[in-house]
Amino acid sequence: MRASGAESDLPPHPEWTEALGEELDRLRAEVIATRGEPDARYIRGIITGQRALEIAGRIALAFSLFPPAWVCGTLMLSTAKILENMELGHNILHGQWDWMGDPAIHSTTWEWDFLTPADAWKRTHNHQHHTWTNVVGRDRDLGYAVLRMSPEQPWHPAHLAQPLANALLAPVFEWGIALYDLEPDVVLSGGRSPRHLVDDAARLAAKALRQLAKDYLLFPVLAGPSAVPCLLGNLTANTVRNIWSHTIIMCGHFPGAVQTFTEAQVHEETRGRWYLRQIQGSANIDGGPLFHILTGNLSHQIEHHLFPDLPSNRYAQLAPRVREICQRYGLPYVTGPLLRQYASTWRRILRHALPNR
Amino acid sequence: MPVLPRRPAWSGTPLLAAAAWLTSPLTADDYLGLVDPLLCARHPAGRVVAARPETDDATTLLIKPGRGWAGHKAGQYLAIGVRIDGALHWRTYSLTCPPEPTDGLLSITVHAAAGGRVSPRLAHETPSGTVLRLGPAQGDFSLPDPPPPRILMLTAGSGITPVMGMLRTLAERPPTGPHPDVLLLHSTRTIRECIFRDELQAMHRQLSWFRFVPHHTRPGGAPSRHLTPGHVAGLCPDWREREAWACGPEAMLQAVEAHWAEARVTERLHVERFRMAPFLPHDSDTSGGRVRFLRTGVDADAGTTVPLLEVGEQAGVAMPYGCRRGLCFGCLTPLAHGRVRDLRTGEIHDEPGRLIQTCVSAAAGPLALDI
Repeated sequence: MRASGAESDLPPHPEWTEALGEELDRLRAEVIATRGEPDARYIRGIITGQRALEIAGRIALAFSLFPPAWVCGTLMLSTAKILENMELGHNILHGQWDWMGDPAIHSTTWEWDFLTPADAWKRTHNHQHHTWTNVVGRDRDLGYAVLRMSPEQPWHPAHLAQPLANALLAPVFEWGIALYDLEPDVVLSGGRSPRHLVDDAARLAAKALRQLAKDYLLFPVLAGPSAVPCLLGNLTANTVRNIWSHTIIMCGHFPGAVQTFTEAQVHEETRGRWYLRQIQGSANIDGGPLFHILTGNLSHQIEHHLFPDLPSNRYAQLAPRVREICQRYGLPYVTGPLLRQYASTWRRILRHALPNR
Repeated sequence: MPVLPRRPAWSGTPLLAAAAWLTSPLTADDYLGLVDPLLCARHPAGRVVAARPETDDATTLLIKPGRGWAGHKAGQYLAIGVRIDGALHWRTYSLTCPPEPTDGLLSITVHAAAGGRVSPRLAHETPSGTVLRLGPAQGDFSLPDPPPPRILMLTAGSGITPVMGMLRTLAERPPTGPHPDVLLLHSTRTIRECIFRDELQAMHRQLSWFRFVPHHTRPGGAPSRHLTPGHVAGLCPDWREREAWACGPEAMLQAVEAHWAEARVTERLHVERFRMAPFLPHDSDTSGGRVRFLRTGVDADAGTTVPLLEVGEQAGVAMPYGCRRGLCFGCLTPLAHGRVRDLRTGEIHDEPGRLIQTCVSAAAGPLALDI
């Protein structure tokens, strides 16, 4: 394997990648055949837990003039928002729970407590990012159209500011994603009509109005004498959620040895090669069960990218088997503790702020 | 999965509408549903309060509907969602209760289909207290208000169920004043298999305006003699002047339709089909099948290995699409009826209303997509 950020080595034997693909297909089929009541109980449990946590957090913040109530309330609301966005929103919008046939827990009906409307995010994330993972010029998530994350991306003096831009992005991540999902860069380059941009912006405004009114006007007003600490608690919870999701997401595709690809490399890509690219283009984060839930199981980014539509609670069981397959085929399986992966992501941001040597 | 009517988040009582500003993007219903599923109007549910056996393989379920139930007209059906192995399975059943039942309970009668996955479970293994999800009442097989003066009802087998809902509704009308004259011709294989037999016979004895004429195609193992339009003319000489409602097997409905068309009184005939089979295009030579795109009104041949997305696009249908690899769920399209096969796993999907990924699904026989 070459140094990080380098072009992928294409394996010389197509049969070999197709065999890999068949093994992974079998893993997928196995999970699909055994999806059942315990999985359904899991997601319903998370939904109930998340909503209970949110109610408890809101109630505590209504009395947040009393400092311990502020701390508890903010902690509970932050956790609730993290669960809502990551283990629920992200995964349900991926269609991971569509098999339950439940209109209440379905990718076509779900909406989340995140500024960007679910439909806009499904387009940029499910379709564009998951199909074109780490392909320079096709995967807009490769630096979110702002950061330069690979030597193949052309350097511009503005990239000198990207470490600062990334640091500033983290606390307002939901705004970053909302603007990113409007695809202004694609509209500018003529790939999407301005009419779409106007429609999307109107939908975003309508949703943002309700989301902002809830956290920064209505709940504070209801809190009466606790209005100001309540508002600050809500602001803190949204910020904590933003920093956390930004951290986890940045660790998904950018640490250390994760590779990027050129369009030529994915030309007429087979299913086996697509699987291979997902493994080479993703990175896991080590941690315990609670940590995995709080990351929306994106700590199993490799498994998620191989099988984006399998229920997230199954990734932990798949991980050792995917890892074993990778070992057998001599493939990298990038993983490490959060701090190490995060530091590695930052090194990449800093390195590509400067032009290629 | 039924497509639920999109309710704006602010629907419902003013209090809940105001609360929606605090729960956005969810609604107050999503929280109420955690206390009791019946409180959630956004995803209507009902609780089974009793199961009453009708015949060896038919059971009537009495269901207490929750807040979200929006009512029905006599003769309509609804989708019922039953949870089996974590997944909701949706099946449609006719409502056999009047629109405003005195006990407030909805009733459906479930016939356990041999080898079925859902109906035997509903008919035989649904204890009181089971929560079922309810789709909205649907269908235009219903009685107008006021009802016409003379009515003929032609039913066979479980085709009696929507008509039972109409009869019970008519029976609730005040006895004074004009009452429509109703003749029910109902065919079953044997006497034993006739659901609602006792109730129909009692109604026949007690109600001056109602006549029940049972017909048995195999009484005591005799060779089959189906109810034919010829019988109808013999038993009901004024059939041409009556407003007629018919529900039963496809062969019977086709014979009835032909007979009414011949007499040029089609406008008096109302037909309900449980199986949507006649909407399916005829099977083609390939082992795949023909696909009908219902909204577009286009038919196309589909091979066993060609994704339905491509079939649709080649036929000029504006198909939703995304990654074309089965990842993004951007191409989800409702299956109206028929069978599709997942090209990755070989899984067969055949539930009407199920959203299928057209980019990785191929025809497994004739089918129709709701697009």
